[in-house]
Amino acid sequence: MTADFGIKIEGVSHAYRGAQGQNAAGTLALKQTDLLIHHHEFHALLGPSGCGKSTLLYLIGGFIPVHTGSISTQKGPVTAPGPDRSIVFQNFALFPWKTVLENVMYGLQKKGLPEAECRDIAQAHIKLVQLSGFEQAYPSQLSGGMQQRAAIARTLAVDPDILLMDEPFGALDAQTRRVMQEELRMIWKRRPKTVVFVTHDVHEAVFLADRISIMSARPGRIEHQIDTGLGPERDESTLTDRRFVELGEQIWRLVREQAVLASRGGL
Amino acid sequence: MAAGDMRPVAAVDGRGSLLAVVALCVRYLPVLIMLAVWELVGRSGLVSQQMLPGIGAIAAAFLDLLQSGELVVNAWRSLSRAATGLGLAVLVGMTVGLLMATRPLVRTLINPLVRILYPMPKSALIPLVMIWFGLGDVSKIFLIFLGCLLPVIVSAYNGARGVNPFIVWSATSLGASKEQVLREIILPAALPDILAGCRTALAFSFILMVSSEFVIAKDGLGFLIGSLGDGGNYPAMFAVILTVAGTGFVADRLFGSFVSHRLRWKEQA
Repeated sequence: MTADFGIKIEGVSHAYRGAQGQNAAGTLALKQTDLLIHHHEFHALLGPSGCGKSTLLYLIGGFIPVHTGSISTQKGPVTAPGPDRSIVFQNFALFPWKTVLENVMYGLQKKGLPEAECRDIAQAHIKLVQLSGFEQAYPSQLSGGMQQRAAIARTLAVDPDILLMDEPFGALDAQTRRVMQEELRMIWKRRPKTVVFVTHDVHEAVFLADRISIMSARPGRIEHQIDTGLGPERDESTLTDRRFVELGEQIWRLVREQAVLASRGGL
Repeated sequence: MAAGDMRPVAAVDGRGSLLAVVALCVRYLPVLIMLAVWELVGRSGLVSQQMLPGIGAIAAAFLDLLQSGELVVNAWRSLSRAATGLGLAVLVGMTVGLLMATRPLVRTLINPLVRILYPMPKSALIPLVMIWFGLGDVSKIFLIFLGCLLPVIVSAYNGARGVNPFIVWSATSLGASKEQVLREIILPAALPDILAGCRTALAFSFILMVSSEFVIAKDGLGFLIGSLGDGGNYPAMFAVILTVAGTGFVADRLFGSFVSHRLRWKEQA
């Protein structure tokens, strides 16, 4: 199994530097975190706000340097951001001066592919996220859901081994969110990847993930790991599945414990 | 600068274009009122016609200057200096501002200089620059460059500092190098601020163009204003002053429409 890992996180701690005048040690966001994420697994990181789940994702992405412990992928230790670990942010982070097509083409151009090939691959991914017809639109002309689809297309187009998602549907309304979850799960089935999906929405985590890590209140650590065991197919009927409902309640209790601890933590 | 936030009425059909003309008249009504007051004050005798010539006299002097070619030649001399100084300032200022925002060493070295030099009136340097560079074009271009440089540096710096860090992270995770991030991400993301700074610089370039030519020049619009004033030819002097104002206005409008074309991605659907 170890040869087949997706991401290996060993003994990772991370402290944010305190503002000037505050304690020099800063705020400890993550403490001695260990986590093994399997190859092509859809893994959700769940926890109360401020538990360090986004920090862990940014460390995997290479956006924040790993000072304590180590994070490695099949390509070796993570030291910097790279197109093998692409990310989708909550606020989309599209390039607002580029059209949808240009946004999706950007990572492909960075790979040095010929222009025509970039265009073809980009078009295919725009179709995949059902944005055909909006290639020439600027992000400001699209709804939130459409912007997030464009961001997902841009990330998928470079065909990363690992897909990092930081509360990607957090800014969307409930209906759009539900549709996007189903679409994401469908896209992932067609193009399997190792996915790390950060969320604080219990039902989103259960619906999407194969495995869920519940993080403790700050300083964050992996407190529980749960196999959803819901099988590869997820759709409307999953929502009424007995296991889905039970898991939701069980996980909700675990997350709630941590949220209560967090609010008592006096941080 | 005229009231820029009043939206022009779309010219869809005959009635639309009529509306557009009416809207334009309403928009520039204050200018018409000012001209009328000007004329009335002159005729009423409150101020002598010598000091405040009538609109008719100024128009006649303008046509004379235009016919003799004096106006065109001097305007060309002035505008080419302003354009050279402004163009250099935009190139250098943009580069310095972006590097200040992204390279701590550059910021440490240059930031104090910028803070000290920004509020200093550049026209105070005219005598010194004259000694350095003499009476030729270089002294005027240098002054215009200096005056335009700082607003461009400051706007590029602030614009680049304000770029959403998640956009930069997205680009690096898509494989962009540090240099590509600066050129392909930070520069276009900071462009709205940079162009606003350039617009300020454009106004500064006109101010410095006239004031430097006033003191150190043998030609140019500033020189023309000075020499016509010295000779007591006030209608002609006013004609040149209004030419400068009109040219500045047109330049600002042209730049404004360039900006809205360049930043069309900002428009909401």
